[in-house]
Amino acid sequence: MAKVIPTGPFHPILEEPEFFKFHVDGETITKIDIRIGYSHRGIELLSEDKTWDQVPFLVERICGICSYSHPYGYCLAVERLANCEIPDRAKYIRAIVAELERLHSHLLWMGLAGHFIGYNTVFMWVWKWRELVLDALELTTGNRNHYANIKPGGVRRDIEDYMIPKLEKWIDELEPKCEMLIKVVMDDPVLHARLKGVGVLTKQEAIDYCALGPTARASGVAIDARADHPFDAYPLLDWKVISLPDGDVFAKAAVRLLENLESIKIIRQAIKKLKPGPIVNEIKEVPVGEAIGLYEAPRGETFHYIRSDGSNMPIRHKVRAPSYMNILTNELSCVGADLADGGLITAAHDPCYSCTERLSAVNDSIPENVLNSKEIARLSREKTKSIAEKFQLESNVTTDKK
Amino acid sequence: MEHVLYYLVFPGLIFTGVAGLLVTWVDRKVTARIHWRKGPPLLQPFWDIMKLMGKEITVPETAKATGFLLAPLFGFAAVTLASTILWMSLVFPEKGFSGDLIVVIYLLTIPAISMIYGGSASGNPLSAVGASREMKLILAYDLPLLITIFAVIWKSGMTLNLSEIVTYQQMNSPVLYSISGVLLFVAALMCIHGKLAFVPFDAPEAETEIVEGALLEYSGPALAIQKLTKAMMYFTLPVYMVILYWGGMNFGTVGSGIWSIAKVIIIIVLIILIKNTNPRVRIKQIMKFFWGPITIIAIIGLILSMNGL
Repeated sequence: MAKVIPTGPFHPILEEPEFFKFHVDGETITKIDIRIGYSHRGIELLSEDKTWDQVPFLVERICGICSYSHPYGYCLAVERLANCEIPDRAKYIRAIVAELERLHSHLLWMGLAGHFIGYNTVFMWVWKWRELVLDALELTTGNRNHYANIKPGGVRRDIEDYMIPKLEKWIDELEPKCEMLIKVVMDDPVLHARLKGVGVLTKQEAIDYCALGPTARASGVAIDARADHPFDAYPLLDWKVISLPDGDVFAKAAVRLLENLESIKIIRQAIKKLKPGPIVNEIKEVPVGEAIGLYEAPRGETFHYIRSDGSNMPIRHKVRAPSYMNILTNELSCVGADLADGGLITAAHDPCYSCTERLSAVNDSIPENVLNSKEIARLSREKTKSIAEKFQLESNVTTDKK
Repeated sequence: MEHVLYYLVFPGLIFTGVAGLLVTWVDRKVTARIHWRKGPPLLQPFWDIMKLMGKEITVPETAKATGFLLAPLFGFAAVTLASTILWMSLVFPEKGFSGDLIVVIYLLTIPAISMIYGGSASGNPLSAVGASREMKLILAYDLPLLITIFAVIWKSGMTLNLSEIVTYQQMNSPVLYSISGVLLFVAALMCIHGKLAFVPFDAPEAETEIVEGALLEYSGPALAIQKLTKAMMYFTLPVYMVILYWGGMNFGTVGSGIWSIAKVIIIIVLIILIKNTNPRVRIKQIMKFFWGPITIIAIIGLILSMNGL
């Protein structure tokens, strides 16, 4: 018997509003309907009346976790348009903060994944270790989140000499923990039983659905914007793109765990290469034209497009977050899985629903009730009124004035 | 009159309820320490129950109200009675009756059945999934558990009377202190863990999959009773294990009294450790696990005990 199990819009597996309808036969998922569009915030439009220097503050609020990735993508685009080469010191500072952010994001996902499969010990331990990264971010940028550290042409805040020993100490402390985590996950038979062969996305499917980031790399597609479109410090550092062939949830976890070590490697090299010098190359004017900035966020490639008419603001700013591509892969990876794994698979590519939502178009031919905001407000007023009548309360809700 | 007191005060409702809530506090505290958290204060479980008791009950429109609200009471009454019978066999051995073991086995299954019933009656699809998983879970752990109980009966002089089983084990040696006993104990511990529906066997209540399953639609006093039932099970099942597999309890001297309580605490700590070092597994894997390795261990234990090992 086919049945529909709703996951969302409010469901404890994810803290953001999203809606997956699992069509199940017994406990096997036969089909999945993906609905997003619950938290559209109009960021692109807002961005069009901010000056070039103000936009980074706005776009870092697209996502609380990738709050360095979006401004980074935007700054790359502006720098490309203005043909600006940023100073070496700024390049390495950017690399350090960006990789710290990647560490924090991957550890956050690892903890959440533990929570999703009921392994709360992993959840708590990993988040405890993540505090080291957040401390390092606070030290280097002044904030645990929303670092406000990047601007077109360089960075806003320098890494002072006194910070470096502390930073190195925390990174040294974190490395054995990351290695231990890898051992724990790779060797635990119960985790193997739970994660191996679950939600498989084959290489061809990943290419067809344009999967990005760790989701694609876990399916054997070795794409990484840092390597494919080299920018700033990344071509000057020694690191490699991690990719595994399996495509299941286990591989997605393993890719992230191994990337943690690569990030630590990058941070160590970048700290060594920090030479005294300026940290910003001010952009005086942004010429007429358009440009694209591509940055590898922890979840995959972030795409920023800007168009300038020579004024002090972008006239168009388009953002595509990596989850936009990754969420759709659920259509393939969830089918045939157990209901128990449905939530885990949808969470395995570390989706960021609010970051993804730019515009949602509602097709009127959808054979279900689709309400707009006015109708919802009307329904809610009617309901309040009926409750008030039922309990003979004084209703202070007035009906719509026409 | 006397029996009413036994049922309501000691060793029934009040004693088991308070002890059960204390056990959940121990569980929460130890879990918190394992997680590097601080954990709740001693009275937190009591406050939780009191808070729920003062809340409103909401019955969903889709629910069959009678069954939905009665189900928790059945489970609650059953676990209270089971605990009373178990403690009576320890404290007043002469009050036991032949076959009380069988009564206890059935009474301890009723809370799970009431969960199934309440979950199905709530009309929520997620609760229905939870109920069906609970049913599969009962099918999974019941077979090995019954095999181990049969072996215990065999080893304790073929009696179905709990107090006689305890006396026999205290006269000779507890079931646990033999090769077959260790196997039986391990199998039974797993079954008890499944009965409590803790991680890794918490598929029926998985919070991040089906939002607490059968408990999803419960609120107010009904939820409080469900929680209290679970807390009382958490205390009753380790006692049940001590009686059957570990020679019961003896409050004759101070030393033996402390050791008796320590046995219960050791079993609880084992449960907490298993709970915190494993991820949740799928319901199919749970069934395979119980019908495969655990049943085999129980059968080997049974064969060995029949041969006097």
